[in-house]
Amino acid sequence: MAQLARRAQPLLARKRRGLGPSVPLRWQRALWAYAFLAVPLAFFLSIRIWPAVQAFNLSVHEWNIVGEAQPYVGAANFRELAADPRFARALLNTLQYTVVGVPLQLALGLALAMLLEQVRWLRGLLRAVYFVPYVTPVVAAAWVWQWLYSPNFGAVNGVLDLLGLPPQPFLNSPEQALYAVVAMVVWQNLGFQVVIFLAGLQSIPRVYYEAAGMDGAGPWRLFRHITLPLLNPTIVFSVVIGTLQYLQLFAQVVNLNFLDQGGPLDSTLTVALYIYQVAFQRFRMGQAAAATVVLFAVMMAVALLQLRFLSRRVEY
Amino acid sequence: MRVRRRLVCAAAYAVLTLGGVVVLFPFFWMLITSFKPFDEIFALSFWPSRPTLDNYLQVLTATRFPRWYLNSLVVATATTASVLFFDSLVGYTLAKLRFPGRDLVFVLILSTLMIPTEMLVIPWFVTSSERGWVDTYWGIAFPGLMSAFGVFLMRQFFETLPDDLLDAGRIDGVSEFGLFRRIALPLVRPAMSALAILTFLGNWNAFLWPLIIIQSDAMRTLPVGMALFSGEAGSAWNLIMAASGLAIVPVIVVFGIFQRQIIEGVVLTGVKG
Amino acid sequence: MADRHGPIRLVAWAVATAVTMGAIVAAPGVAGASPVTITYWQYEYPSKVKAINELIRQFEAENPGIKVVHQTFPYEAYNQRVAASVPAGRGPDVVNLFYGWLPLYVESGYLQPLPPDAFPPAQIEAEFAPMVQAAKLDGKYWALPTAVRTLALFYNKDMLKQAGFQGAPATWDEFLKAAEALTERSDSRFRRVGFAVAPNGQDHHLVREVLFRQWGTAPYSEDGRKVTYDNPQGAAALGFYTDWVTKYRIGVLNFFPGDSGYRDALMQGLAAMIVDGSFAVGSIKSGARVDWGVAELPTGGPHPLRSNFGSFWANGITRNARGEKLDAAVKFLKFLTSEKAMRYWLEVVGEIPARRALADDPALRKDPVYGPFIASLPYAHATFFVDESGQRQVMLDAINAVILQGVPPAQALAQAAQREQKILDDFWAKRR
Repeated sequence: MAQLARRAQPLLARKRRGLGPSVPLRWQRALWAYAFLAVPLAFFLSIRIWPAVQAFNLSVHEWNIVGEAQPYVGAANFRELAADPRFARALLNTLQYTVVGVPLQLALGLALAMLLEQVRWLRGLLRAVYFVPYVTPVVAAAWVWQWLYSPNFGAVNGVLDLLGLPPQPFLNSPEQALYAVVAMVVWQNLGFQVVIFLAGLQSIPRVYYEAAGMDGAGPWRLFRHITLPLLNPTIVFSVVIGTLQYLQLFAQVVNLNFLDQGGPLDSTLTVALYIYQVAFQRFRMGQAAAATVVLFAVMMAVALLQLRFLSRRVEY
Repeated sequence: MRVRRRLVCAAAYAVLTLGGVVVLFPFFWMLITSFKPFDEIFALSFWPSRPTLDNYLQVLTATRFPRWYLNSLVVATATTASVLFFDSLVGYTLAKLRFPGRDLVFVLILSTLMIPTEMLVIPWFVTSSERGWVDTYWGIAFPGLMSAFGVFLMRQFFETLPDDLLDAGRIDGVSEFGLFRRIALPLVRPAMSALAILTFLGNWNAFLWPLIIIQSDAMRTLPVGMALFSGEAGSAWNLIMAASGLAIVPVIVVFGIFQRQIIEGVVLTGVKG
Repeated sequence: MADRHGPIRLVAWAVATAVTMGAIVAAPGVAGASPVTITYWQYEYPSKVKAINELIRQFEAENPGIKVVHQTFPYEAYNQRVAASVPAGRGPDVVNLFYGWLPLYVESGYLQPLPPDAFPPAQIEAEFAPMVQAAKLDGKYWALPTAVRTLALFYNKDMLKQAGFQGAPATWDEFLKAAEALTERSDSRFRRVGFAVAPNGQDHHLVREVLFRQWGTAPYSEDGRKVTYDNPQGAAALGFYTDWVTKYRIGVLNFFPGDSGYRDALMQGLAAMIVDGSFAVGSIKSGARVDWGVAELPTGGPHPLRSNFGSFWANGITRNARGEKLDAAVKFLKFLTSEKAMRYWLEVVGEIPARRALADDPALRKDPVYGPFIASLPYAHATFFVDESGQRQVMLDAINAVILQGVPPAQALAQAAQREQKILDDFWAKRR
């Protein structure tokens, strides 16, 4: 890597003196770090974390948004959550969405990004094609998907028909609806995933492939020993962010069944939707806050575990 | 070897084209619907029998759509610029500088991704109304000025940069900010481009917070304005489809600009070792 | 030594950037310099916005000392928008709310009761449609509507003729006969439905306030504290409704996709009949490709009485209005609920007036479109919702459980009653 540094030499046009010898190097670095972080930390603490703390605090109070009273109720909100079968259902559904959706999205995203890397001609157009679903407003996309899924008019059942398969109820079925939603979410998020993986793949210096290619390594070995390890930070990012996305699934669920959100029979209900309904349709901010705390705990635990066990230091 | 390469290439095109047709179909349907007259939108035809621009005209003239468009452009551009600067700086700091409390800061910032916006809008609104930010661009934009998403993304990419590179710079007396700006930043251009695209889109589509902070018709952003096409007596799907068609144009443009950057990034990062 | 100040300079620069970005963008809010300014909120609907703007113009001309600021928000997110603004004290002085949300807003202290000297309860009850009593809580009125809505049967005239009917079916027996004749299926797919079922549209109201009563059970106790539909009559009523799908197969869930697919299906000539509210008239008028008519809901069942579900959006005064703002708000509310305003509202928006005097107008009662809705006013019940979305979900789930999972109606209803009773208990426990 020293070579790389040498290559970068011309970039360092202006030479500067370091800090005086009186400040130990370690402290000097820390000072710089916190200088860089000062404004962002102030931002995150005041705009994100403090309001979140307030929300957490609400979880031990009762508050109906429009009222002024916020009496302390201890763990009552949590007990109520534990006793609510809809919340249990929402939690289970959410986990199911995540377990099905994240691997699917990652695998498809990586495969597509690698294919898109292969092509030269029409490169920009093909990339745009896979990005388009991600930009399509979810309200419009959900309407089209409802049509595709329709048992009476839908194209998907039309295809099943051609294949001689029986028609399926999809969104109308408590058993199938969740998977039907996942399909749409994966379709939409694919563009996001491809952009991330393309950036990751482009950041791998070509030289490694060239060197390995000269050693006669086949495509599988290149993938296994160069692409995967060097892509690790991107993969970790995608796993964590993807998981957080699916654990907070909301927009597609709402729009695919607008008049029975989370239905039929709670089969597509997610925790985020539950929180929304409890907070803004039923005005129980305390209980919504309690659900937020639970969701937060789940997400934090999962994210930390993923970071801990998936991250590999990149070695060159 | 060359034959094999050609075969791989041909297979890639075949798969990508086939996949593209499947992926694009719902979008195609949306676009086609936007050119259909209202009484035809439910007809399952692949082509409108009487193609019309009426839906677009109606969207553009019957509402303040152009103004909403401008508002969204202002907000999305400003937040994207801010996010690009701050998130890359923070990501770099967390990946490449050693200092006490680093992991804590990272986890703290990451944790902000785990609170649904619904629970934050009320405190934000209370603050905003105390400070007179209601119904202003600043009010719409401020929660998006930095994102934990971007910090995380940039941190991951900066981590792949070898430390030797920065140490060499340090020995040459480059300032810490100079290391970031002149050495590290150019090497993560693909990531910056991805971040730009995704941040722009995220803010372009933001709904819940703008809905709450916007008071007047003139300040509405596109998603809030478009929500008006759905009402108590159903949704005007023809208008929603036309508005959606118009809404994706800037995002595609941004994508076009930055995805080129992703490719150019290769040139810069393709440093021969 | 320049570098020593590097970090500080950087921070200063960043702060300056952030501040500048804030400053560039500040845009003016609403300003008013007249003596009293009150704010009115309603959801966005083009003809309503137009009507309110005109009414405000007239009101301001009559009351030179008062200025009314009119703000609107998207329908789908209206409740949420109102709720979120309350903690900041930024809400309106007069607010338009769905009557089903009133108990929540009242309980929280957001609304103030209408001053009884300006709005005497006895006078309200004498002059307004009976359903308006749903806005009464603790013996006080908390809001008043300009217009009200009821349900009716919308039907495709040509199809009904084809099935041998001169107009709409008057009883549920005739309704079933017509619907069966007009349903078209190939294999398991429906090409056309006799009735576009929409439990998530208006049908859950139909079950609750119409079928339950016609089958012999009131849905709730008089005081609104007890669920009373969990009995054999209730189960028979629910079973009658779900039979439309499971036994007679005159329709299917989500026959036509979309937020209001059942209505679109009628407009497209793919459904012979639907049950919908008077608020749907406007969009059906403008979008229907077929010749359609409106009729009062059929009667039938063991107790063939007429019944209907009524609802309304009402104007209430919030706790923000104090002193002279309150006086102005009261004046404005009086104006909005005057006969004059209602007449204008009907003309521009096409909604049924809330006052009896207008509803009794013979010319209106003869109107082919509004007539059936107006005729339903005397027997329309506005369900006393303490938690509109929660209670709606309960009934929806009961219907879906029967249709999708084959749960016996009696069992589904027992479960629904238990869930809904808990919602009622929660509400009343807080009020004692």
